Amino acid sequence: MTKDAFRGATGGRIDRSRPVTFTFNGRTYRGYQGDTLASALLANGVHLVGRSFKYHRPRGILSAGSEESNALIQLERGNRTEPNLRATQIEIHEGLAASSQNAWPSVETDVGSINNVLSKVFVAGFYYKTFMHPQSFWMKVYEPVIRRAAGLGKAPAEPDPDFYDKMHVHSDVLIVGSGPAGLMAALAAARTGARVILADEQNEFGGSLLGTREMIDGRPAADWVAAAVEELRAFPEVRLLPRTTVTGYYDHNYLILAERRTDHLPRGSAPKISRQRLWKVRAKQVVLATGSHERPLVFADNDRPGIMLAGAVRTYVNRFAALPGRRAVVLTNNDSAYAAALDMNDAGIEIAAIVDLRGHAGGPLAAEAKRRGFRVLTNTAITATHGSKRVTGVDVMMMNGPGEDVIGAPTRIDCDLVAMSGGWNPAVHLFSQSTGKLRYDDELSCFVPGVSVQAERSAGSCKGTFDLPACLAEGAATGAQAALAAGHGDGVAPAVPAATSVAPQPLRPLWIVPTTTPVGHGKAKHFVDFQNDVSAADVLLASREGYQSVEHLKRYTTTGMGTDQGKTSNVNALAILAKSLASPIPQVGTTTFRPPYTPTTYGVLAGRDVGELADAARVTPMHSWHVAHGAAFEDVGQWKRPWYFPKGDAQGTEDMHAAVRRECRAVRNGVGVLDASTLGKIDIQGPDAAQLLNRVYTNAFLKLDIGKCRYGVMCKEDGMVMDDGVTTRLGPNHFLMTTTTGNAAKVLEWLEDYIQTEWPDLRVFLTSVTEHWATASIAGPKAREVVAELAPDLDLSPEAFPYMSYREAVVAGVPARIFRISFTGELSYEINVPAQHGLHLWENIMRAGEKHGITPYGTETMHVLRAEKGYIIVGQETDATVTPQDLGMGWVVSKQKADFIGKRSYTRKDTARSDRKQLVGLLTDDPNEVLPEGTQLTAIADGHAPVPMLGHVTSSYFSDTLGRSIALALVSDGFNRMGQTIFAPLGGGKTVSCAVTKPVFYDPEGVRLHG
Amino acid sequence: MADTLLRRGGAERFTQAVAALSPAAGPRLAELTPPGQINLRGRPSDPKFVRTVGGVLGCVLPLSANTVTSAADVTVLWLGPDEWLLVTPPGVETALVARLREALGDLHAAVTDVTGNRTRLRLSGPNARETLMKGCALDLHPASFKPGQCAQTLLARSGIILHQIDDTPTYDVYPRRSFSEYTWMWLSDAMAEYQR
Amino acid sequence: MLLINCPWCGPRDETEFGYGGEAHRTRPADPSGTSDIEWAEFLFMRTNPKGAHRERWVHSHGCRRWFNVERHTVTNQITRVYPMGGQVGGTEIATPAAEQAIEAKEPKQGSRS
Repeated sequence: MTKDAFRGATGGRIDRSRPVTFTFNGRTYRGYQGDTLASALLANGVHLVGRSFKYHRPRGILSAGSEESNALIQLERGNRTEPNLRATQIEIHEGLAASSQNAWPSVETDVGSINNVLSKVFVAGFYYKTFMHPQSFWMKVYEPVIRRAAGLGKAPAEPDPDFYDKMHVHSDVLIVGSGPAGLMAALAAARTGARVILADEQNEFGGSLLGTREMIDGRPAADWVAAAVEELRAFPEVRLLPRTTVTGYYDHNYLILAERRTDHLPRGSAPKISRQRLWKVRAKQVVLATGSHERPLVFADNDRPGIMLAGAVRTYVNRFAALPGRRAVVLTNNDSAYAAALDMNDAGIEIAAIVDLRGHAGGPLAAEAKRRGFRVLTNTAITATHGSKRVTGVDVMMMNGPGEDVIGAPTRIDCDLVAMSGGWNPAVHLFSQSTGKLRYDDELSCFVPGVSVQAERSAGSCKGTFDLPACLAEGAATGAQAALAAGHGDGVAPAVPAATSVAPQPLRPLWIVPTTTPVGHGKAKHFVDFQNDVSAADVLLASREGYQSVEHLKRYTTTGMGTDQGKTSNVNALAILAKSLASPIPQVGTTTFRPPYTPTTYGVLAGRDVGELADAARVTPMHSWHVAHGAAFEDVGQWKRPWYFPKGDAQGTEDMHAAVRRECRAVRNGVGVLDASTLGKIDIQGPDAAQLLNRVYTNAFLKLDIGKCRYGVMCKEDGMVMDDGVTTRLGPNHFLMTTTTGNAAKVLEWLEDYIQTEWPDLRVFLTSVTEHWATASIAGPKAREVVAELAPDLDLSPEAFPYMSYREAVVAGVPARIFRISFTGELSYEINVPAQHGLHLWENIMRAGEKHGITPYGTETMHVLRAEKGYIIVGQETDATVTPQDLGMGWVVSKQKADFIGKRSYTRKDTARSDRKQLVGLLTDDPNEVLPEGTQLTAIADGHAPVPMLGHVTSSYFSDTLGRSIALALVSDGFNRMGQTIFAPLGGGKTVSCAVTKPVFYDPEGVRLHG
Repeated sequence: MADTLLRRGGAERFTQAVAALSPAAGPRLAELTPPGQINLRGRPSDPKFVRTVGGVLGCVLPLSANTVTSAADVTVLWLGPDEWLLVTPPGVETALVARLREALGDLHAAVTDVTGNRTRLRLSGPNARETLMKGCALDLHPASFKPGQCAQTLLARSGIILHQIDDTPTYDVYPRRSFSEYTWMWLSDAMAEYQR
Repeated sequence: MLLINCPWCGPRDETEFGYGGEAHRTRPADPSGTSDIEWAEFLFMRTNPKGAHRERWVHSHGCRRWFNVERHTVTNQITRVYPMGGQVGGTEIATPAAEQAIEAKEPKQGSRS
C-alpha cells in the first residue's frame, strides 16, 4: 500500500478515523470515508487515470463534479461491472475495485496512443471521410475495428444482480441543488409548511460551500450548512434527497430524479434496498439552484494530466485535504482563480505564477495574491505545456493587444499542476429542458436563463449570480415566492445570513489562447472537448467546410457528444465557431439540452418492470387448472391463453402439431372444451340499446328477438372492419355484446365516444362485464350429452334450444348463461358463470365429460377449426384496410338501414372498387405444404424482381380433418380468380403453386352447426 | 346454490403464502373473500333516481367525485359522474340487484351484477402508503387522499380502484380479476423493503 | 408527462388517458347526403395547427368520460378543459381540486361540436 503522500495533515470533510482500502487498475490504495475516487487518487499522487477517446492521449482528472469529461472509470467486475462512471462522483468504500477505460494493455503503456502520432489523419469528420469506400467494408471491417479502438467502457455481459425501483411523489416546491441558493430557498419554502423536496447529486448538502472556505454569519459556511440541514430535517413535509440527480425536466413540471441509494456501500451489503430509485416528481413549483460549471481554457496542449480546473483544485484542497500538486501555475481570465490560488497556497501548494490573460489584475483577491508575493503575469499566455503522463512545466509569453498572437520569447516555468479558469457557465441544463429560453449575457460571457415557460425559477450561480451574499438573498426570495405560488406563506423572503461580497472584476473572453504557431499548425493541440478529442482546429476546419450551424458542428466534430454531453466544452466550441464566422455568440446559439443530465442506468429507468413484472399477465379464473394440466400458453394481448394441451407419456411429450391434431379430432368427432373467458363482454341497457346496436353494427339489430343471438361486424366511419362478435338480446332493453379478446377495451371506449358525443340523446348505459363472466365453450357432436349432465333441468333439444339462441339455467349448481353459438362449426354451447365460480364450472365440465372423452383444447386448435370453416379473425384476416365486402361478407352489411357507421364509405370510389384485395381460400398443389403466414403471393411462378404482389396469406394450417393444408389469403381481385393457380415464392428458389378457392373448406352448408 | 360454493379469489396461487406477508413490521397484504359487486348507472340530476337508490341502500349516493358512502350492508364508491360501484358482503348482491331493479322500475338506470369483475386486496400498516407510491401516480399524501376517498387509477401496469379505509393507513385495492395475480405479485414485491 | 385535469376526477397523469384527435368535428347528420369530397373532409382532414389545438381525450383508467382539451401544440400548455357539449371558449377549468365544484354535476352530453 502506498502512503497517501499528497494529503494535508489536517482539514477536509474526510473521516480520518475511517480509512478505506480500494484498488485502481489492480493496485491497492488508501483513502478515507468521505473521499471520492478522484480525491483519493489525487491524495495518492495518481493523476494518470485514462486515455482519450480518439488519440489515446494520457488524461488526468479535470474537475471535481459530475461535469468530468476525462476520468471515466469502469467500476467493479462481472455482473456488477459498470462503465463510464466519473471518478469525481464515485464515493469510495472498502473493497471498491476501479479501473481505467479505453487503454490496452494498460493506462501506462497504451498501444492505441499510436493514434496520437497519426493525429493528422484523425481530424474532424474523419470517420465520414476515411471509411466511405468500399461500402461493403463498413459493416465487416470498419465499424467493428473502430468500435474496439474507440470504445468507452464495457457493458456487463451478465444479468444485473441488483434491483431498482421507482417512487411517485408530489411536492409544492422541488428545489434542485443545495448550495447557498438552494439551501436558502429550501429554508424559505419549508418554513411556510409547504411540501418541499431538496435534491442534490452530491453525498452531502452544501454544494459549492463544501469546497470553499467562505464564512456565513461569522462562522465557517459548513457550520451554517449543517444547521440549515438540521432545521430542514425537522420539518415533517420536507424530503431530503442527497445522492440524487435531477436528470430530466418534462412537461407540466414533471421531473425525474435518480437516487443512488447503495452505490456508496460495499456491493450487495443492503440486499433489501433498491440500488437506485427513480423519483417521479410532480411539482407545483420548481426552484433550480443547480450551480455552475467552470470552463477550461483552450490553450496549447491543455490536456496533460495535472492540468485541472482551478475551482476543482480548490475543492480538492478544501473539502478533501488532497493536494493535486506541490507547485502550481494558475491560468485565468477572471477573478475566481485567485480565490483558488489563495486556498491552494494556504493548503501548502506553492504558487509558481498566476498567468492572467487580462491586461490588468485588480480587485481585492489580486491584491491579496500580490501581497503574498505571488508572481502575477498579466496579458500573458501559456503557449506550451511539458510532460507526458504528468505536466512538468509550461511556457509563457506576452500577448499582443487583441490576444491573437504572442510576443517575444517563451519563459519556462516548472510546475506539477496547472489550475485554469475560463469563467463559469451557469448549469442551465434543466432550465433549458423545461423549454425555457436562454439569453447570452455579454457582461458575464455566458448563457443565463431568459424566458421561463414552466412554473420554475432559477436562483444563484445557475442564473449568473456568482456572489455569495447575492446567492443567499436570491435563494431566500425565490424559495418564498415559489412557496407562495404553490399556496403557502406570504412570499416574503426570510432574513438572510451575512456573508462577504467580493466585487469581481470583469473577465476577458479569450476563447483561444494564442501560441507560437497558428491553431492547427504545429504539433500542439488546443483541446475543446477532452472526452471526444475535439480541438479548436477541428472546430475551425468544420466551419471552413461549411458546418456552420451549431447542431451540424456538434454532429460533424462530435463535440459535446460524449458521456459528459459537453458540460465543460460546449460554450468554448460555439464561441470559437462564432469567432470564425464573425457572428455574435447569441446568433450562433447553443445545441439542445436533453435529458438525462448525467448518464443514467437502464436499471433505474426499468425499475421493477423486469422479469415477471415486465408486463401484467392476465389470467382467467381457470388458469390454475391449465397450469396443473401442462398447458402451453400463448400471449394474446396481455392474456395468457392455453395454446394447446400436450399429452405426455413414457415416450415423451407431444409436440404442438400432434397435440393440435388430436384436439381437432376430438372436437370434430367427440367433444372438446375451450376456455373462452377472455372474450370481451359489454352489458348494454336502456330503452335505446337496440338503436345503438343498429347504428354501430353493419347489420340490423332492431328486431332481434329476446333470447336470440346475432353475429355482427363493426366498422369505423371509413368502412373498414374494426371488430366482430355475437350480441344477444337478454330482455327488451337489455343486450350482451361480445367483442374480440384484444379489442374489448377499445370497443367499449369507442362506443362510449359515440354515446357521449355524437348521440347523447340515446338513453343507454354500457358496463364492461368481461371479467365478471368465466366462459367455457363445449364443442363437438357429443357436446349436448355433456351439457345435459351439467344442466339436467334444461331442455337441450334443437327445437327447444336452437342454434343462435340463449338460455339461463343452473349449471353444476351455479346460475349460468348458456349461448348456443359456435366458432368451430360444430354443435357448441358457451357456458358463462360468474368468475368466482369459473374454476368450479371447468372442473365439473371435465368430470361430466370424462366418459365422453372430453378434450381441453387451446387457441391453436380453435384457429384451425375456424379456418376450416372460413371464419375470420379480426386482426388476422383484417388490418384496418379491409371491408366486410372484401371478406366476402356482404351478407352482413344491411342494404335497408338508412345509416350505420361505415355505410357512407362503401360508395367511396376506392372502397367500391371491384378489384380490391379479397378473402379467398388457398389449396397448395402439395397437400403437405403449409405456407408460412404472411407469405406474399404472385400471379406468375417466376420472373425478375420486382414481381408484382397480389396479396398475402393471412392464415395457414395443416387441417387434420381434411388431411391436407389449408390457407386463407387476401388477394387482389380474388373473387374473380376462383379456380386459378397463383404462386407463393418462399425464397431460396422455392415457389409453391396453389389453387384459389372459396374460403370455406368444411361443412359449407353448416349441417353440423345446426345439429 | 352459488352462495354455498367456495368463492374463488383472484390471487389464490400466491395467497397460500399469506403468512409470509404479515410480517412483524411493515405493511400487511391479504386477499379478502371476493365481495358482492354491483355496477349502478343513472342520472344524478334526477332526484327520483337519487332518492330511490338512497332508499334501497340506506345511505346517500355519493355525488362528489372520488368519494365513498356506506350503510350496514353496502359501500358505495363513486366511479364517474353517472356510475357507482356497490360493494356488499359476499352473497348479498343477488338480492340487492333485484331490489334495486324493482325500486327503479322504468327510471333510466342500469343495475349490473359485476361480482366477478374485480377482486379485493387489502394493504394495511406502516409504509402501506409508500408501497402504493412506488406504482401509483396519485397524490396519496394524507392532505390529498383520505379515508372515505376512492379513485380509479393505475397501479404499475394495471388499472385499479383504490379505496382508503382508515388512517393506519389501510387501503382496499380492487384489481380486475385477471390482473389479481399481477397486482398481488407487484404489491408483495414493493412492500418487501419495509418487512422484517 | 402531461398533467390533464379531468373535468370529473381532477388532475391525473397523461398515462390514465386516451387521445381522441381533433375536437369539434361533427359527424354529418345524414352521411348519405354528403358528397365524396365532403365525406373525405370529415374522414381524413384535420387542421393540425401550430398553437392552440382543441382535442378530445378520454379518461380511460378513470371515469371513462370523454371531454375536450385546449392544448398548445408547441409548449404543451393546457389552457382549457371542458366537457363535451361545452362551447368553444366555454368554462375554463384551470386547476380544480378533485373534490371541487364537481358535486352532482351531470355529464353535459352533447355533440362533438
